[in-house]
Amino acid sequence: MRFVLDAEQRLFGETLGKLLTEAAVPGMVRDWAAGRREGGLALWRTLAEAGVFAIAVPQSAGGAAGDAGPLPVELVTAFHELGRHGVPGPYAETVAAAVLLDRLGEQALASRWLPPIAEGTAVVTLALPPAVPYALDADAADLALLADGERLCAAVPGEARASLDPARRLFPVRPGEVLAEGPHVAAAAAEAYDMGVLACAAQLVGTGRRLLEVSVDYAKARRQFGRPIGEFQAVKHHLADALVGLEYARPLVHGAALAYGTPDFTRDVSSAKAAASEAAYAAAKIALQVHGAIAYTDEYDASLLIRRARALHTAWGSPSDHRARVMASLAR
Amino acid sequence: MDLDLSPVEPFRAEVRAWLRAHVPATPLPSLETEEGFAAHRAWERELHAARLSVVSWPEEYGGRNASPLEWLVFEEEYYAAGAPGRVSQNGINLLAPTLFQHGTPEQLARVLPSMASGEVIWAQAWSEPGAGSDLASLRATATRIDGGWLLNGQKTWSSRAAFADWGFGPFRSDPQAERHRGLTYLMFPLDAEGITRRPIGRIDGKPAFAELFFDDVFVPDRDVIGEPGAGWRVAMSTTGNERGLTLRSPGRFLAAADRLVELWRERGDPADTALRDRVADAWIKARAYRLKGFETISRTEDVGAESSVNKIFWSELDVALHETALDLLGPDGELAGEWLEGYVFSLAGPIYAGTNEIQHNVIAERVLGLPKAGSR
Repeated sequence: MRFVLDAEQRLFGETLGKLLTEAAVPGMVRDWAAGRREGGLALWRTLAEAGVFAIAVPQSAGGAAGDAGPLPVELVTAFHELGRHGVPGPYAETVAAAVLLDRLGEQALASRWLPPIAEGTAVVTLALPPAVPYALDADAADLALLADGERLCAAVPGEARASLDPARRLFPVRPGEVLAEGPHVAAAAAEAYDMGVLACAAQLVGTGRRLLEVSVDYAKARRQFGRPIGEFQAVKHHLADALVGLEYARPLVHGAALAYGTPDFTRDVSSAKAAASEAAYAAAKIALQVHGAIAYTDEYDASLLIRRARALHTAWGSPSDHRARVMASLAR
Repeated sequence: MDLDLSPVEPFRAEVRAWLRAHVPATPLPSLETEEGFAAHRAWERELHAARLSVVSWPEEYGGRNASPLEWLVFEEEYYAAGAPGRVSQNGINLLAPTLFQHGTPEQLARVLPSMASGEVIWAQAWSEPGAGSDLASLRATATRIDGGWLLNGQKTWSSRAAFADWGFGPFRSDPQAERHRGLTYLMFPLDAEGITRRPIGRIDGKPAFAELFFDDVFVPDRDVIGEPGAGWRVAMSTTGNERGLTLRSPGRFLAAADRLVELWRERGDPADTALRDRVADAWIKARAYRLKGFETISRTEDVGAESSVNKIFWSELDVALHETALDLLGPDGELAGEWLEGYVFSLAGPIYAGTNEIQHNVIAERVLGLPKAGSR
C-alpha cells in the first residue's frame, strides 16, 4: 500500500503545471468567453501532445490506456492541473465521450472518433440528462453527443445560455441523427458519467487549491490597520478551514481513481465529487471574502476561478445528487 | 499509487476472529464510572493476553511490532466489532510515544509492560486553572531536592484521573524562567502522599476527569522524562501524537458512520433528504479520514503541524456524526444510550488536545505561512 502519487505520476502533473503556467491561461479564458477560440484550441492540442486525452483512450485506438479503460490516477492528476489553472473548454466532456465511445462497442463510431480525441484534433462535448442537460461549448466542438436513456444521438445545439462562468457556454440540445440504440447505450453512458464526475471532482480540488494559495499570498501582502490582514485571526481561521476541506477531498479523489474497475467506483466518485464540490466552493467563498472587493470584479484573475468553482459545484451532479447516490449504494 | 491491503489481510482476519470470539455481547458500563472503569481494565488484561493491546509496540513490551498500516487495520476491526472503549488510551497513545522518544531504557522497561496489561492506567495532567490553551503559562512547580523533586500546585481537567493509577505532565522547575523554558516533565503515582484528587462531573455527571492538588509530593529523579528543564519539548512530542492519527484512529469513525447508516435504514424518513444528506456526509467524511490516514503513513516526510488539520477534521466530524444520530432518533435522541454517550464524548473533542481555535492558528502560521500577530 502506497497511497501517494508515484514519481512518474507526480512528474506528469508537474509537467502539465509548468506548461499551463507558461500558457497565461486567464487571458485565454477571457478570449474563450468572447468567442475567440484560437488560443484555447492551441492549448488543447498542446495538452493532447502531453497526453491529457491519450490517458482516456485505449492503445488500440491511438491512446495510452489499456483495454480496461482510462488510466484513472493520471486522469485525476491531469484534471487537478486543469482545475488549478482554470483552463477553458470541454475537457471533462471529451474524456467522458471517449469512455462512452469506447464502451459502446460500435466499431465505426470508435474508430472515427477515438484516434482524433487522443491526438487532440477532435473537441467533443456531450449532454447526459438529467445531471448534464447542456452541452458545454458545443459551438467549439467537432462532435456533440446526446445520450438519453437507451438512445445515443448527435446533439443539435440550440441557442447558448450564459453561465456565471463566462468561459462556460451551455447549449440546450435536441436529438439529431440516432447513432446507437439499446441497453448498451445506457450502460456506456453510465460509465461515461462516472468518469466525467471523477474528472470534475479532481478539477474542483485543483481550483480550490489555487484559490487558497492566491488568498494566502494576498493576506500576506495586503495591509490594513498597519499590518498584513493575514495577522488577523478571523482571516487566518477562514484560510485554515479552506485547507482542512481540501486536504480531505484530495484522498477521496485519489481513492475513487483507484476504485476504477471495481463495484465501488460509482459510490466513490460520488463521494469524491460531493466533498470536492463543497471544499472548492468553500475555498472560493473564502477567497472572495479574504480578497474583498477586488475579487468581486470581472477583471481580477482569481474571480475567474471563484466563478468556475461555483459553476462546477453543481455541474456533473450537485453534491446532493451525489450524496443520494452514495446512500443508494449503501442501502444495497 | 495503490491501495493494496492484501498483505495485511491475514492479520486483519486474525484480529477479526479474536474479537468476534471475545468482545462482550452486552456493552460494558461507561468507563467514566467506577464500575465501568474496573470492567474496562479487565478487558485491557484480556486484550493484552492475546497481545492485542498495543500491537504497534516492540514485542519486548507486549506488542507485535505492527506496521502503521497493520495498526490502522487493527483499529478498523476493533471498532467495527463494537469492542469497548480503551481506558488505557492516555497512556498508550500519549505517554508511550513520549517515552519511546525521550525515556530511558529503565523507564521503558518499568512503565510499558504494566501499561500494556492495564495493570497501571495513566491520566494526563497538563491543564491548570490558569493554563488551558495557553499551556506555557502553567504554574504548578517542581522544586529540586536531594534525589528528586517536590511537586506543588494544581492540575485540572485530568481525564481518567478519578480512577487512574498514575499521572504525567509538565511542571515549572525554574520559577525564574519564562513560559516555554524551565519546565520539567514528570510521572507520579496518583495515590502518592500529598496528592488530593477531586473528581469532576462531566456535562452528563459522570466523573470523567478530576482536579489534582499537589502538596509537597515527592517524585524521584527516575520519574523525570527527558532532561530537567526540557519539559516543553517533551510535551510537544506528545501533542504531535494527540493531533495526529493515534488519538482518534479512522477505525472509530468508520464504525460509527456505518452504524449511523444502519440507523438511517431503520428509522430514517426517505422523504427527509436534508437528514439523508447529513448521514451521507458523515459516511463520506469517515471514508475521507480513512484515506487521509493511508496517505499520512505513505508519506516519508514529517507531518508536523499538519496534524492540526487532522484534529480539526475528526473532532468536527465526531460532533456532526453524533448530532445527526440524535436528530435521527428524534424524541429518543435525549435518552441515555450508546449514541448519547458518544455524543457527550464528542463534545469535548473540539476543546481538548488544544482547542480548535489554537489548531486554526497553528495551521495558518505553520502550514500556510501567515504572519504571527504583532510580528511587525
